Amino acid sequence: MNFLPALHTEWMALWRTYRLLMVGVVLLLFGLLSPLLAKYTPELIKLMPGGEAISQVIPTPTIGDAVGQYVKNISQFGVILALLLTMGAVIQEKNRGTAAIMLVKPLPRTTFLLAKFVALALMFTLTIALAGAACYYYTWLLFGALDVSRWLALNGLLLLFVFVYVALTLFCSVVAKSQFAAGGLALFLLFTLGLLGAIPGLGDYLPGHLLTWGSELMMGGSTPAWPAVGVSLALMVVALVGAKLLFDRQEL
Amino acid sequence: MAIIRTQGLQKNYGQVQALAGLDLTVEPGAIFGFLGPNGAGKTTTIRILTGLAHASGGRAWVAGREVTAGDGEIARHIGFLPEEPAFYPWMTPPEFLDYVGRVFGLSATERAARSQELLGLVGLTEVSKRRIGGFSRGMRQRLGVAQALVNQPEVLFLDEAVSALDPGGRKDVLELIERLRGQCTVFMSTHILADVERVCDTIGIIARGRLVIQAPRQTLLARYTLPLFEVEADYGFVTALRTWAEGIRQQQWVQSVSVEGLVARVHVHDVGMAKRALLPSAVQAGLLLRRYEMLRPSLEDIFLRLVGEGASV
Repeated sequence: MNFLPALHTEWMALWRTYRLLMVGVVLLLFGLLSPLLAKYTPELIKLMPGGEAISQVIPTPTIGDAVGQYVKNISQFGVILALLLTMGAVIQEKNRGTAAIMLVKPLPRTTFLLAKFVALALMFTLTIALAGAACYYYTWLLFGALDVSRWLALNGLLLLFVFVYVALTLFCSVVAKSQFAAGGLALFLLFTLGLLGAIPGLGDYLPGHLLTWGSELMMGGSTPAWPAVGVSLALMVVALVGAKLLFDRQEL
Repeated sequence: MAIIRTQGLQKNYGQVQALAGLDLTVEPGAIFGFLGPNGAGKTTTIRILTGLAHASGGRAWVAGREVTAGDGEIARHIGFLPEEPAFYPWMTPPEFLDYVGRVFGLSATERAARSQELLGLVGLTEVSKRRIGGFSRGMRQRLGVAQALVNQPEVLFLDEAVSALDPGGRKDVLELIERLRGQCTVFMSTHILADVERVCDTIGIIARGRLVIQAPRQTLLARYTLPLFEVEADYGFVTALRTWAEGIRQQQWVQSVSVEGLVARVHVHDVGMAKRALLPSAVQAGLLLRRYEMLRPSLEDIFLRLVGEGASV
């Protein structure tokens, strides 16, 4: 099926075009900054004119603030990076002609798509693991130790959340006629899921709820959100299978 | 047995019919020149034969496998070079050839040897450490030839492979194609007649999505040869040349006459008669001549006759 050569090339592309480095630096930075910002924001506010009064009403930062900051930063920037790095993945190769030159060879279109998804998923796994380790270390230094297994579970849920948007954007990259159209379509899906998530009851079943579950886990709560996990996995599979079915029918 | 065969191949893009029932047969080992004006259906045919596009109707076989079945089996047996080959700009030529070799399932030793051999063949050994992103169009075209040959294909498809190159680059790539004679079947689409005359042994002419004619080059030249005379008048004789051309057009031994500037081209049915009558009639018309010559008809003459004077070549 030639999956390994295709994956190797995708991975090399992420490395040689500095995309892996860029994502690593951005997420690592937010991993490091999240506990620092949580800890020192009240101190920073104190330094501002009139900040003394405001700081008195700000509660003392806790480990929960550090975790909350981390979840917010990594999910937001993870999704933005997922959109930016995935929106051109297929359409650029189709428009440039590299898809045609490779796909007349024994490289199935399914393999071509899957290699792109797996390479991006590997990149986010590696970089979120780095960010998670950095955040864990600084949180431990500034606030105290976190439960390791729950921390791993939170990062797993964050990863799944980002994977959903990688898969959806890959689908958009197959459907759209240009890189920017793919980005626009992916953004539309992102906002649609966000709006649907705000509907009481429905939000518990959507990918956004993964983040709520992750944060609650760290606070000692344990209301599982398996339906959201199931829907997220289903969305990922539907996006990837849909992309494959459409790509198979397209002419290059 | 034919190595490429199409039977009533059709392709529609909405209301536009790009292929209108193409029937084509290419024998193994041929360097087949697929000739036609822009928009005739050459690229569409190649895209269907390589599996990049789907036919709207009809069937096609390459190397004994039906490509219109869409199972992708053909990929192992062909090489393909598009008009403007594209590569990953961050790769070096050996890296790209290695990737292609891996896709074809070659071992590491085979890939290294093949890569070295092909880079030598296309003259890119000296720039093998440079990134492809910095390559000129000619260099990319050479690398395109190399990547199409990694699997030692039974059939090599070249889509306008030399049309955009400068004369030096074109010469080099045509020489490369000539060197492949006997090693594989080459299916070469182009609208440049000189290239076809130079390397192809069999020619197929396509116009408006249909095959107009297919024959060995020599047979085509012999069958459609109409003797041709060129008469070039001296400066200031444009009007006289046109008047004379109108006059001889009525002669029974004349097939057609065309005038362009100071040159009249006269296709004739009867060479003997033309030799006896053409020059005296020009002198009698008071023309002062700079040149009078009997020419060997070219593929261009045949092409224009077959696809119609309106075709853009």
